[in-house]
Amino acid sequence: MTTVVEANGLTKRFGKFTAVDDASFSVEENTIYGLLGRNGAGKTTMMQLLTGQQFASAGSIRVFGESPVENASVLGRICFIKESQSYPEDFRPKHVFASAPWFFENWDAEFAQRLIAEFRVPVNRRIKKLSRGQLSAVGVIVGLASRAPLTFFDEPYLGLDAVARQIFYDRLLEDFAEHPRTVILSTHLIDEVSALLEHVIVIDEGKIIIDENADALRGEAATVSGTKASVDAFVGARPVLRREKLGGLTSVTLEHLDSADRKTAVAAGLELGPVSLQQLIVRKTSIPETEFGAQS
Amino acid sequence: MDDSRPIFLQIAEAIENDILAGTLAEEAQVPSTNEFAAFYRINPATAGKGVNLLVDDGILYKKRGIGMFVATGSQARLARKRRDQFEAEYVHPLIAEAAKLGVTQAQLVTMIQAAPIYEGDTK
Repeated sequence: MTTVVEANGLTKRFGKFTAVDDASFSVEENTIYGLLGRNGAGKTTMMQLLTGQQFASAGSIRVFGESPVENASVLGRICFIKESQSYPEDFRPKHVFASAPWFFENWDAEFAQRLIAEFRVPVNRRIKKLSRGQLSAVGVIVGLASRAPLTFFDEPYLGLDAVARQIFYDRLLEDFAEHPRTVILSTHLIDEVSALLEHVIVIDEGKIIIDENADALRGEAATVSGTKASVDAFVGARPVLRREKLGGLTSVTLEHLDSADRKTAVAAGLELGPVSLQQLIVRKTSIPETEFGAQS
Repeated sequence: MDDSRPIFLQIAEAIENDILAGTLAEEAQVPSTNEFAAFYRINPATAGKGVNLLVDDGILYKKRGIGMFVATGSQARLARKRRDQFEAEYVHPLIAEAAKLGVTQAQLVTMIQAAPIYEGDTK
């Protein structure tokens, strides 16, 4: 596999605030990545750094083996679709689609036309008069039809309805299968996209806290519940992501449980429950303890 | 697809179920990785991992340049494998739970014999 992006010790400070904090990771070719995290976690800053729109305070970035800053040969292979794309005054969607081939050499006008029909984008209306969802659709169409070797979608679907989001997911998968490329998708709708992702990077307070294959993540985490004594005995020194108490019942979320662990837990009379990718990420990025009812 | 287990395992199981049920006959061609990905709305690499798991197990085999096929004898092999799994995942916990409740093995056998008979597919 070829590495498309390589970041080492990447740091971005805005005054005293550190938006991206010593992040090191790599992105492999022809893979769909999820860049996930809470609001203000540093996702957008990270993408701006990778696309040369921000200068790093420290650390290094290599995109297609070179620095992306002011580098036409790198930037020409990148498409960055952001939540709040601004367009020239008086622009209409048809102008956006007509100018796209100047920037993206793989632009497929026919594919764009099909998407325009599916998303029902009014191509002759002024951009300023578009609804939030229609504006998002314009960005999504550019992102898909540009077929850039490295495509970023930063919260691409603000205001898109459920039908339009499903169209986006389906077309992304179909087109990705025929024209493999590297896609980095940042979103809060983790449950909706989790099956699309091959690899997940989770960022929290500027730091990378998960960088793993999506399916591996899905299989490892579990909740273990039972009486406090039996749960505590099983947990031992393992790190607990979250602990919940209800009367005498204790439930803990553990990040890594292999099949031997699972057998031990069941044999000890403990109940095992599943943890979805979304739940896992919520638990990794929020306060770890909740107690329901009175002190036990 | 349920989000709590690796999807590639679920894909492999779905194909196994089709072979067990006879929907996918032995020596029949199975859909391509991209077709699975589009149908289940999952990442093609994940679908490929599920299919490859069955290739490694000898349930499916590749014909170069043509596609993936169900191996002869797969149905019987899968049935055997599932029976073993059934014993480990259902029968053993059942006995453990019964013991916890003070149900003897003889009482358990009586209960099973008295339970209504499932009139579904007997395969």
